[in-house]
Amino acid sequence: MQSFDLGKEGLRALNSALHALKGQTNMTDWEVINPKGAHAIAAGVDAPVSITVHGSTGYYCAGMNKHATIHIKGSAGPGVAENMMSGTVIVEGNASQYAGATGRGGLLVIKGNAASRCGVSMKGIDIVVHGSIGHMSAFMAQSGNLVVLGDAGDALGDSLYEARLFVRGSVKSLGADCIEKEMRDEHYSLLEELLRKGEADGKAKPEEFRRYGSARKLYNFNIDNASAY
Amino acid sequence: MCGIVGLFLKDPKLEPRLGELLTDMLITMTDRGPDSAGIAIYGGAKDGLGKITIQSSEPAKDFKDLDGELHSAIGQPVTMKIKSTHAVLEVPLDQMDAARSALAHLRPGVKVMSAGDAIEIFKEVGLPKDVAARFEVAKMKGTHGIGHTRMATESAVTTMGAHPFSTGPDQCLVHNGSLSNHNGLRRELIRKGMTFETQNDTEVAAAYVSQKLKEGEDLGTALESGLEDLDGFYTFVVGTKNGFGVVRDPIACKPAVMAETDEYVAFGSEYRALVNLPGIENARVWEPEPATVYFWER
Repeated sequence: MQSFDLGKEGLRALNSALHALKGQTNMTDWEVINPKGAHAIAAGVDAPVSITVHGSTGYYCAGMNKHATIHIKGSAGPGVAENMMSGTVIVEGNASQYAGATGRGGLLVIKGNAASRCGVSMKGIDIVVHGSIGHMSAFMAQSGNLVVLGDAGDALGDSLYEARLFVRGSVKSLGADCIEKEMRDEHYSLLEELLRKGEADGKAKPEEFRRYGSARKLYNFNIDNASAY
Repeated sequence: MCGIVGLFLKDPKLEPRLGELLTDMLITMTDRGPDSAGIAIYGGAKDGLGKITIQSSEPAKDFKDLDGELHSAIGQPVTMKIKSTHAVLEVPLDQMDAARSALAHLRPGVKVMSAGDAIEIFKEVGLPKDVAARFEVAKMKGTHGIGHTRMATESAVTTMGAHPFSTGPDQCLVHNGSLSNHNGLRRELIRKGMTFETQNDTEVAAAYVSQKLKEGEDLGTALESGLEDLDGFYTFVVGTKNGFGVVRDPIACKPAVMAETDEYVAFGSEYRALVNLPGIENARVWEPEPATVYFWER
């Protein structure tokens, strides 16, 4: 176990040590203490290691993560796991705005609530939120899955492409071109798998969710709508 | 960008530490706003006396014998405590207006930062740590305080462009964001009799709230009205003699974190600003909801 006191050793030293890990390494288990809301903790990790952060983090924790499993034992500031490529990020508390933004792969689990713009422009990431999400979530989401056990705020999935959105609770309003879609067998099995991976299988069942997706009406320029653009 | 910090004490035991706690919070927010910094601190209200905080770019000249000259002008004793470019005048409450007119006549170059029973405002251009040291903020006591670190977007980096802005008795407002309809609103407020020191958007928001209070609204209602009338991005923290309020615009892209314990309510643009507060481990920590007014009074 590699233990790192962020208060004493500083952010740059932590991230340099993590960036030095390439491919296979013997130093697979890391813990970070005294994060105190610092920015960019464990951003840009590219190795199959496990990192536990004991406390709450600031902007962009675990950003661009590749392969690593990063566990935040607190709440996360804006942009947690932003542009994640692969691996897993678990937030025990709440997440601030734009959690998982532009994520291309991997799994982001938020055990509390997520604020506005959760999964904005997501491009393949899976996001499981045990609580509720704020307004403008999954705005322009392109692919991947967003699973919400609680409620969604205003304008869910505005200008959505092909991401799948599953919400168990209420949706305050749907964004432009986002519609409710039927749950088919493939969606139930996908959800079952995501709930299991997101450590939420004891809390919710796939049949309790509704699915939302793109009506695909904004895909192409429509001359009849010229005045609306 | 800009950074905001605020601390509203519920437990009087922390009052001697208000300035010290706010200084630490303010300095933590330096990289959100290294241009200038300011603080409004509420405390030390004395029966029958009011406080006017003034600022001068030539304090040695302007503050010399000012207390004596004001005494002669209003016929009542005036005390003056000088802190660097600022000074706090203590004036009998019924002579506040008289003192302000005399001041404008005696020292036309002096700016009034705040006036009221309890409020004092100190703000200057420079790094937050230097501004805090210059005014010895860490030694200040009080019931509540609001601090701001500025990264200017809307108007010049000047002392008067720094936050907090005070446009009414014991009122202050700080802002992270930018307003888009402040010029129109400023014209309306000028028609209603408000005066402005700067071209700054935040001063318009402060004056807007002061005008609503003058018209008889309470602070909560004034902030609710602001959600309708102020266009742009904002997280505002406002102070009154006994109160502390927070509101974010409906888009809420300007960050805000709050923490509450039995001892205090604290505000930070980021959680980092709150990490050294006593008992933060067990505080209720949350982000204020968009377009929702939060308000505490003691």
